Amino acid sequence: MSYFTLSLTLFFILIPLVLSKTLRLDLERDVLVATVRAIVQLLLVGYILTFVFEGNHPLYMLIMIIIMITTAVLNARKKGQHIKGITWKLAVTITTVEVVTQGILLGFKIVPATAQYVIPISGMMIGNAMVLSILFLNRFAAEVDAHQDEIELILSLGGTPKQAIHHQLIQAIKAGVSPTIESQKTIGLVQLPGMMSGQIIGGADPMQAVQFQILIIFALLTNAAISSIMLGFLSYPALFTKQMQLLKEQ
Amino acid sequence: MHAISFQDVSYEVTQKKILSQITGHFTKGRITTLVGPSGAGKTTLLKLCNGLLTPTTGQIHILNRAYEEYSPPDLRTTVGIALQAAPMIRGTVYDNLALPLTLKKQTLPPQKAAHYLEAVGLSKDICQQDARDLSGGQRQRVSIARTLINEPAILLLDEITSALDQAAADSIEKLIMQLNQQHDVTVIWITHNLEQALRVSDEVWVMIDGKLIQQGTPAILQQPTHQQVQQFTEGALR
Repeated sequence: MSYFTLSLTLFFILIPLVLSKTLRLDLERDVLVATVRAIVQLLLVGYILTFVFEGNHPLYMLIMIIIMITTAVLNARKKGQHIKGITWKLAVTITTVEVVTQGILLGFKIVPATAQYVIPISGMMIGNAMVLSILFLNRFAAEVDAHQDEIELILSLGGTPKQAIHHQLIQAIKAGVSPTIESQKTIGLVQLPGMMSGQIIGGADPMQAVQFQILIIFALLTNAAISSIMLGFLSYPALFTKQMQLLKEQ
Repeated sequence: MHAISFQDVSYEVTQKKILSQITGHFTKGRITTLVGPSGAGKTTLLKLCNGLLTPTTGQIHILNRAYEEYSPPDLRTTVGIALQAAPMIRGTVYDNLALPLTLKKQTLPPQKAAHYLEAVGLSKDICQQDARDLSGGQRQRVSIARTLINEPAILLLDEITSALDQAAADSIEKLIMQLNQQHDVTVIWITHNLEQALRVSDEVWVMIDGKLIQQGTPAILQQPTHQQVQQFTEGALR
């Protein structure tokens, strides 16, 4: 695709701009900022990926993965600022997701250990773990807030923090894992996943694209389970004092 | 003997004093009511006794043992609390009654559940009913029965009759007095109803603005000698 052809896609930006102006949605500035950021970030990533793929050196891959994890952690932690130590808890969770996924894929030689495979799959896994972490943190905060009296009741009867918060923790973990399971049920019927579509548009054999997609959705299921459960069990103790009292936001 | 004693106990939240230098005691085996206007710190004081809050400064002794010597679960089973809202967990009345034992990985025999329900004036037939379908009075009774399952030596009651009609309130009053007399349970009871305080109390604490203004027999409410107590009782009985 030439840059001229690519520039024609800016028509897609014109439509929301015109709609926003006409309906006075006041979103023009946000649309323009998002557009410029998308162009700059993606072109930059394109150049960096070209460099990393051509170099194909493990160190470059490691640096890319560390940058991805750091960005994901910094983004997700905004939703968990009420949880003490949320930054390292997210870092441990997302790193574990990446290590387990790549460990299985590379350990069993399911994909070759080259940048062309490791980097895009890492991007999908880390990005997904970030989104699921945010989902979990939002739901967990809402559950605890709505059921403070039940949590305090269990503590008042001599229960431990883990017993007191068990129900809220399980609900938030389920809320984190369910969207992944639900989207797997309709995959291919309702939506063609982005990676598969990209491969098909890029000229790959559809069956090969499907095989890779199956690999990804299975990995995403592990990803969902690890990120919600691990973050949940790392986070809940921070909501209690040493004397087993529920910390309330003042 | 003192069931609970306080020595210069204060409690602050974000530099706001909720309780200020409380010194006093609750006598073992007696019913003490805590009275005072809203915002006086009465609920905070109960939560300190049960370990749901920790004092910022000062010493608390429970049954002649320092507060810090108890583990939180031990303290909370020794000093049981029935909360004002009588919250119920999801499940049946039996699930709620059994909760204190479930937390210790024990089971509550059905006949024991029936015994506790009868003790609080409820029929054992409601055992399998959804706890969230109970009326206000039934919830309070189940809440008290649930607290009693731990066999606490001290029972804290936070305005447990405030949302009930007179008949339900009277019957819960009788129940608490029976528990106190027959089982020697020390009762510390927040009430905003001064007539109730006069009916049930052996001793009374009057709290205003986070301070213990006066403690003594119910006579301090009937013939107040302290000016702030007099103002409070006049307002409350008007």
